Amino acid sequence: MPQIRNFSIIAHIDHGKSTLADRLIQYAGLVSDRDFRDQILDNMDIERERGITIKSQSVTLPYKSRKGEQFELNLIDTPGHVDFSYEVSRALASCEGVLLLVDASQGVEAQTVANLYAALEHDLTIIPVINKIDLPSADLDMAREQIENELGLDSEQAVLCSAKEAIGIEDILEAVVERIPPPSGTIEAPLSALIFDAHYDPFRGAIISCRVFDGSVRPGDVIRLMSNGVTHRVEEVGIFRLTREPTGKLSAGSVGYIIAGIKTVSNTRVGDTVTLDSNPVPSPLPGFKDIKPVVFSSIYPISSDDYPSLVDALEKYELNDASLVYQKDSSIALGQGFRCGFLGLLHLEIVQERLEREFDQSIIMTVPSVQYRFTLKDDTTIIVDNPQYYPDPTEIKGGEEPFIKASIFIPERYLGAVMKLCMERRGVNSRFNYPRPGRVEIIFDMPLAEVVFDFYDRLKSITQGYGSFDYDMIGYRESDLVKLDILVNGEKVDALSLIVHRERAREWGVQVCDRLKEEIPKHQFKIAIQGAIGGKIISRATISAFRKDVTAKCYGGDISRKRKLLEKQKKGKQRMKMVGSVMIPQGAFVAVLKADHES
Amino acid sequence: MNKIGEELPGLYVHVPFCRTKCPYCDFYSVTTPGLVEAWLEAVRKEAHLYRESFPAFDTLYLGGGTPSLLSAGELTKLMSCLRAQFTFLSNTEITIEVNPDDVTGEKTALYRDLGINRISVGVQSFNEKELLYLRRRHTARQAETALDLIRSSGFRNVGIDLMYGLDTHHDSASSCSWDRTLRRAVAFQPEHLSCYQLTLEEDTPFGKMKAEGKLKPVGEERERALFLQTSQFLEEEGYLHYEISNFAKSPGFTSRHNSKYWRHVPYLGLGPSAHSFRDGARWWNPRSIEKYCRSLAQGNTPVAESEILTADQLRLEALYLGLRTKQGVSLETLGSSSRKDSVLKELRKSRLVTLHDGIVTPTMEGFLVADSLPLLFVD
Repeated sequence: MPQIRNFSIIAHIDHGKSTLADRLIQYAGLVSDRDFRDQILDNMDIERERGITIKSQSVTLPYKSRKGEQFELNLIDTPGHVDFSYEVSRALASCEGVLLLVDASQGVEAQTVANLYAALEHDLTIIPVINKIDLPSADLDMAREQIENELGLDSEQAVLCSAKEAIGIEDILEAVVERIPPPSGTIEAPLSALIFDAHYDPFRGAIISCRVFDGSVRPGDVIRLMSNGVTHRVEEVGIFRLTREPTGKLSAGSVGYIIAGIKTVSNTRVGDTVTLDSNPVPSPLPGFKDIKPVVFSSIYPISSDDYPSLVDALEKYELNDASLVYQKDSSIALGQGFRCGFLGLLHLEIVQERLEREFDQSIIMTVPSVQYRFTLKDDTTIIVDNPQYYPDPTEIKGGEEPFIKASIFIPERYLGAVMKLCMERRGVNSRFNYPRPGRVEIIFDMPLAEVVFDFYDRLKSITQGYGSFDYDMIGYRESDLVKLDILVNGEKVDALSLIVHRERAREWGVQVCDRLKEEIPKHQFKIAIQGAIGGKIISRATISAFRKDVTAKCYGGDISRKRKLLEKQKKGKQRMKMVGSVMIPQGAFVAVLKADHES
Repeated sequence: MNKIGEELPGLYVHVPFCRTKCPYCDFYSVTTPGLVEAWLEAVRKEAHLYRESFPAFDTLYLGGGTPSLLSAGELTKLMSCLRAQFTFLSNTEITIEVNPDDVTGEKTALYRDLGINRISVGVQSFNEKELLYLRRRHTARQAETALDLIRSSGFRNVGIDLMYGLDTHHDSASSCSWDRTLRRAVAFQPEHLSCYQLTLEEDTPFGKMKAEGKLKPVGEERERALFLQTSQFLEEEGYLHYEISNFAKSPGFTSRHNSKYWRHVPYLGLGPSAHSFRDGARWWNPRSIEKYCRSLAQGNTPVAESEILTADQLRLEALYLGLRTKQGVSLETLGSSSRKDSVLKELRKSRLVTLHDGIVTPTMEGFLVADSLPLLFVD
């Protein structure tokens, strides 16, 4: 029997995580060099383009060590964005060790540190790897010193490699088998397996990726998902070798997949424990969280005729993304659509892109919102995640909004700028930690609405990529909330309304008007954009008209050509939504919240 | 065959010869007079192919190229072959485009004898500097002489083609120079005026200069001002601004032939690059005299491409063509877009269109944005 090692690669963005994963796969001989596609584990188009990993993936690599022992190495890839930090934590919980990648010329950066902490939290063995040693700018002494001082790791232990040039790959694999402990757990104990990912296959249903801690599972077994108690008969188990490879059995210590006729992935929650119905474990594995959406936005078809096709697309999409929740919605401006909940703004954008690319939908998404709570004069409490349902202000006794505890890691030199950002975003109750000389952890209580849209982007830009950020929900706090309405040429566009804090209302009003001014193209007539609270206008912007576009000649030979041009323009217009007489580009609704022109 | 009560089609003949090429022009033409014979023969054959499907016309337009380059013999031969194949109604509008430097007493007499009753003169400008810039072969003086000659030959329907928005002057100067050109043109009391804003078309020498940054369009505001100046001046002079670039002394002097293009009335085009339309189908000949002649010599139709328009495409064309003319479009043509009413309301409020008896008509300001107005009415 081959021995098993379970590990992940963690790194700051662009330090070469995906390239190293590719090299390890190549080294294991799972794929011929000719068939090799770069960054094999990121198999969604969007992941390739954005260069981020959205979903976890795993692969089992055969490896014969220098001592001649046979191993099966399970490499679990982790997503790289704060929206998906829960998935990261579940992937790490499935490992015994990690490769911590440090770029030989960039050195230790924010996410290196944040990732290290995450790995330490799970008691994992950490193997520092210095990558990109082939670069002329590589500075090994600096990298070693930072590993020693900033990470508190033994730099003597660091493995040197160039994933790009395939240098040091075997050394890394040797370190994995030598230093990472084998998985513990007993095959005789009741089954307990951790779900760290699930995806949907149109023929087989949900494919659960899991790490088996104890016991074993084989086809024919009846499994139980402990968070919801549902049971399914196992059809197939196996390991991933780029494609699925049935093995007949998954036992304690291994990483693989289970297919059990589960129709949708929404029942397979990441972090849940799989056990046997006939012989269940007494308690689930620790750390399960029912992740709840934090950002809400509505999806509408650009052409109302496409509503049935959107219904169909969402039903199919949902099979593959357990984090998306949705229900019917309607808007005066946009017609019939769906209100959806997302893990964060990146998740929202990914859903939008995938609906467009994979399901060929032309959609617009309305201005995102968090979930607010209002107590009315009759002492009932209502939850509002859609500004359309903001209650009659005269009926409101009080409002509350969700707060988070934000913890931000930065080099000390950015302290002033980051403090300023947090205060602007209504951060309160700041605290500081100094984990190491030169580094600060800032903790703030902040309204979720202020961080959810572009805070992370702003933080990264202020700190030149050195800031890392994580947050926990800490519940609702009282807040003086008002509804900001947006009028386009005098017509209220319900899909653009936002709920905002009264003190920030003017700022938001100005920002939204200014952003719309940039987003909406010039029309044949002037367009007035106004922000209003109640009936009172608090901000405005005007889009001037374009006043001449006519071409002089139109005779027999020009007519078809001109029509074709119009047809092309009409196609371009399909990414616009007509609201009254104004064409609003589909991206404008989400863009209004991104203050990327803020100084 | 024509259905009873349907307006008769128009006939266009493309005369693809020029003595020299003008740098702004993207109509198809060659500068090889040796090909005229072959072209005449090909046109004769092409006409023959259509004699049954297009038996009768009430307009004929000889365009180019430079039709006035044809010798008396060549033009006589062309006209007699057309008359041999087709029937022209007694009141047929027969137009020929001429260059001022080709106009002689003999030519104008010949035109009259051949039944031509409308002459469109490619003057372009009465400013010498501009004429040089446009590489025209005539002077302002020559243009005036030609116009006098045409008038004295008894032509009662004369049109002048002019061009503005040239890059040759500073802003105020271009407006003054254009004003002078307009004044000299109306001094002849032409029945028709076509005033084209210079368009820097790709695949022309000017277009290439634009791509290389050597020539700049005069800019939106300037173009607007010149357009409005033209319209205002000519309307004060009693002209009817009936299409973006066309003005008529009275409703009877609008170009009957060109108006067919704008109303989906059938038309047949003979000669290289000529377009034809009937019953929702459009087809066109190759932009190559060699290909054109070769096909016909082999007994084939010279059609390069054709298309059958869907109902939506026809509506889109009707929409944008209608919005380029004072005829306007009916509310039905605007379609059933859910936003139609609010768009129309906004356009009327912004004084881009007017609405009378179910007809939407563009204003001067509306003419200026006529290229994009249709998009507001399609989903």
